[in-house]
Amino acid sequence: MEHEHFELAGKVFHSRLIVGTGKYRDFAETRAAVEASGAEIVTVAVRRVNIADRKSENLLDYIDPKRYQILPNTAGCYTVEEAVRTCRLAREVGVGDMVKLEVIGDQKTLFPDVPATIEAAKILVKEGFKVLPYVTDDPVACLRLAEIGCAAVMPLAAPIGSGMGIRNPFNLRIIIEQAKVPVIVDAGVGTASDAAEAMEIGSDGLLINSAIAGAKDPIAMARAMRLAIEAGRIAYRAGRIEQKLYATASSPLSGLIR
Amino acid sequence: MPDNSSRFAIQLNGEEYTIEGDTSLPALLERLKMRRGRVAVEINRAVIPHAQYDEVRLKAGDTVEVINFVGGG
Repeated sequence: MEHEHFELAGKVFHSRLIVGTGKYRDFAETRAAVEASGAEIVTVAVRRVNIADRKSENLLDYIDPKRYQILPNTAGCYTVEEAVRTCRLAREVGVGDMVKLEVIGDQKTLFPDVPATIEAAKILVKEGFKVLPYVTDDPVACLRLAEIGCAAVMPLAAPIGSGMGIRNPFNLRIIIEQAKVPVIVDAGVGTASDAAEAMEIGSDGLLINSAIAGAKDPIAMARAMRLAIEAGRIAYRAGRIEQKLYATASSPLSGLIR
Repeated sequence: MPDNSSRFAIQLNGEEYTIEGDTSLPALLERLKMRRGRVAVEINRAVIPHAQYDEVRLKAGDTVEVINFVGGG
């Protein structure tokens, strides 16, 4: 099977894994995990510069924007206005116009506010952003987001940071089947088998943060995710066998010694 | 204090901050040890394009936000 490219927002990538940079011990560990993951797209959060502590290093000193596609997120935004404002600021840092849009609807579940996400996406698409929205695993919401010009849709597998794996593979399959833009499963992955499962059902990519950063050995888990995503993608393209309730012998039935 | 002196307060990232001397935006960023390719600036809710930094002068009462990227998912 020839090597495939992964096209996203008009750019060509080789890795189908997008990694987050939250929850690491320090920037050095962040960099090591990102390297081990093989990811080419890296999410970051947009926050006020800490005025009181001006010696702090900058994340971009460790994650080189010339080498990685930086994907700023709107994590923590609960309104259209906050999310759009965050994206406008993020773009001005000068790392491109790709943004991970999240408009959160509820503090406890961190589930997205879908109508607000759609509204914010409309504004951002009009302003020339390449919008990658985090969204519920709702096939209709994903259709709408694609229709209004989002570069991809990023349905959740389970709540952010929950590590619960793919709670509704059937919805994801519907989303993937209908999709006219790449489907990137974002949030909820716990371990490598979850990542492989998402790829086996045909996801175009995955966005993972907590499962790597929170592992006992984040560098090893980053590598595990990389391999799982590769394996899952190859398995998807290879075409799995049909699931059957009863056995089908794999050895010949003829020529048995009687 | 002479009345043409440049010493006034702005709101910087939600806190009161005193500007003294050079009121230009690059001077503020330099005082805060911020590099241009690492931050973005909003003044009174308007994002300032990098190319305009040199022309921007801060005024008393301005609300300034300076953001950077931090770890996130």
